[in-house]
Amino acid sequence: MDFDFNEVQEMLRKDARRFLTEKCPKAYVRKMEEDEKGFAPELWKEMAGLGWMGLVFPEKYGGLDMTFLEMAVLLEEMGRACLPGPYFSTVFLGGLPILEAGTEEQKQEFLPKIASGEIIVTTALTEPSGVYDPSGIETKATEQGDKYIIDGTKLFVTDAHVANYMIVAARTAPGKSEGISLFLVDAKSPGIKCTMLKTIASDKQCEVVFNKVAVPQKNLLGKLNQGWPLVERSILLAAAGKCAEMVGGAQQVLEMTVEYAKQRVQFGKPIGAFQAVQHHCANMATDVEGSRFITYEAAWMLSQNMPCAKEVSMAKAWVSDAYRRVVSLGHQVHGGIGFTKDHDMQLYFRRAKAAEVLFGDSDYHREKVAQALEL
Amino acid sequence: MNFAFTKEEEAFRQEILAFIKQELPPGWIGATYYEDELEQEELWALGRKLAPKLGQKGWLAMAWPKMYGGQERSHIEQTIFKEEMAYNRAPGVDFAGVSMCGPTLMNFGTPEQKKIFLPPIAKGDVFWCQGFSEPEAGSDLASVRTKAVDQGDYFVLNGQKVWTSGGHRAAWMFLLARSDPDAPKHKGISFMLLDMKTPGVEVRPLVNIVGGNAFNEVFFDNVRVPKANLVGKKNDGWAVATALLNFERSGIERVASARKLLDEVIAFVRERKKTGALSRDIEVMKQKLAEMVIELQVGRWMGYHVSYIQQKGEMPWAEAPISKVFGSELMQRVANVGMEVLGLSSQLEKGSKWITLGGRVSHMYQSSLGRTLGGGTSEIQRNLIATKGLGLPRG
Repeated sequence: MDFDFNEVQEMLRKDARRFLTEKCPKAYVRKMEEDEKGFAPELWKEMAGLGWMGLVFPEKYGGLDMTFLEMAVLLEEMGRACLPGPYFSTVFLGGLPILEAGTEEQKQEFLPKIASGEIIVTTALTEPSGVYDPSGIETKATEQGDKYIIDGTKLFVTDAHVANYMIVAARTAPGKSEGISLFLVDAKSPGIKCTMLKTIASDKQCEVVFNKVAVPQKNLLGKLNQGWPLVERSILLAAAGKCAEMVGGAQQVLEMTVEYAKQRVQFGKPIGAFQAVQHHCANMATDVEGSRFITYEAAWMLSQNMPCAKEVSMAKAWVSDAYRRVVSLGHQVHGGIGFTKDHDMQLYFRRAKAAEVLFGDSDYHREKVAQALEL
Repeated sequence: MNFAFTKEEEAFRQEILAFIKQELPPGWIGATYYEDELEQEELWALGRKLAPKLGQKGWLAMAWPKMYGGQERSHIEQTIFKEEMAYNRAPGVDFAGVSMCGPTLMNFGTPEQKKIFLPPIAKGDVFWCQGFSEPEAGSDLASVRTKAVDQGDYFVLNGQKVWTSGGHRAAWMFLLARSDPDAPKHKGISFMLLDMKTPGVEVRPLVNIVGGNAFNEVFFDNVRVPKANLVGKKNDGWAVATALLNFERSGIERVASARKLLDEVIAFVRERKKTGALSRDIEVMKQKLAEMVIELQVGRWMGYHVSYIQQKGEMPWAEAPISKVFGSELMQRVANVGMEVLGLSSQLEKGSKWITLGGRVSHMYQSSLGRTLGGGTSEIQRNLIATKGLGLPRG
């Protein structure tokens, strides 16, 4: 049992902290919220140069061959910094599904380009029904000669506007969880229309309409009609990744809040000397402590290739709620100033909600835990 | 980061489980929390029978130095021991002696005191109680009024303690008394050890919410305490007492006890679901049950994190009170979810032929009220997290 980071992880953490402090100040975060792309390509290249995009890819695909634990360490720092841009999409919704389900040819084609920062990839999964369930997939892919023709509307597709490729989940046969297939779709294909959604976290989610979009057979990812288990796996990894981001955000909010409570004077003393405020801070610290280890337990199990669907769901269910509580109490301690657009607290508040609902909210994951308990 | 127990730790866990299985009567149900054994004769008797055996195994004071009867094993192993004892509802662990009095004596005791008092604790031969709280000194512990007047070779105690868990069972008490009434309140307190059989000590039972006698009032009427039983310097007892609060505080026993109860409730739900006899909407209940399973895992890592920090020789300033406040409040939430699952029958008390799960859910629902009060209320814990853990100024 070891609750500390090892040397490699500690070095990664420090490097990421230093890099993001310098390159991703809150001014940059704010600017990117308004920016059409949502990230600076120069920064993207630098991140690729650090090996971040290929962190968990094998070396032969241009990666650093690290584990999900190191991934979690990096994501925690990204969450702390509110790093904008398509990192999460490209690695979790693009790279990892290809790494797990792609043919050797597909891996050779895509992974080195992802690792080098050359391409941006995302997954187009959810639809207007907004559920992470095969029943929510109405987009169809119809076989036509050596191609599949995709028709349908995808919603909440992160970073589709800048993606070079999208992994599209479409129905290829009737059924429940059977009959779903995944396709690697060139985002420039004729018939794709991408519209930016305005979202609470300004995190560049899109509506993507597929109108008779042709995809070559060779771009099928995984087996025909058997794509849903891959989607589930992808959601699982993304949920675990989101937890690590949330831990970083929650830690930062706690630190900001404690600092503020020490500085802000009312009634002749720092507000942090009042028990009402102290107890808010104590509750925040409790939620952060709880979030950290339930998250790292899941990340550790992933790093060991242990079956851990239940543990990831436990983490996502709990951390989603805990992060929201932490930010909400942080706001209460900050008072009016935290409610202004100029203050950094609102950046976390909005992101906490987005992180909560993405890849299954607490109810969704508690249901998964209940199923695992045979309830 | 590594969440696996070592092979040795896993083997140790199995060893404890085998011991428990061998020593507990067949069909053992036990009590919902270790303090219950103070209330029930049968439990108490079994606990006293088991204690020397646990002592002989070297498990009670496992993390203590060898010279004091310990085994110098890790805090993690100590926590594994406490976790399995609590989960399996096995009695016989004297928390006041092993986790509080013992470590205090190791740090502040004279060589003589260590020699006399530590081995019996490690062997499970003697049961201790804590004489801290008084009618006018609850959360404000430094307001103790019990007087200790220096008479040369001995102190004379007069006053009263309250909420003394196991006062009616204990052979010895460690206590705080005011030895200098004129000094500022934190400066005039002494820490001493009292033989409960000393003339002038009177223990009066207090009946708690579940009708049991776990805690007591203890009165001192001209009680003589030899100077040899003073721990630390005279009037320096506050430093001894506050250091004591920082020993062995994983709090795993709370989480493990609640997990046992929840496992029983979940088994009950599964069974009733099969027979279609569940009175509650399973779709609603399963969300709540899953939430409790998750929270217990959160609490479990909080507990082990405290041990981990202690193992490194560091102080879990924030982590120990976090584990206390979370674990104690979680016991109440778990019991409440259990009550909801049982619905109307949750009200039934022991003795009813209609009772479900032996009334244990109702028992924990009521008795766990005390968990957020004893050992420092949740409010005091939150003060500690904020001031000692986060460095916020004291109010």
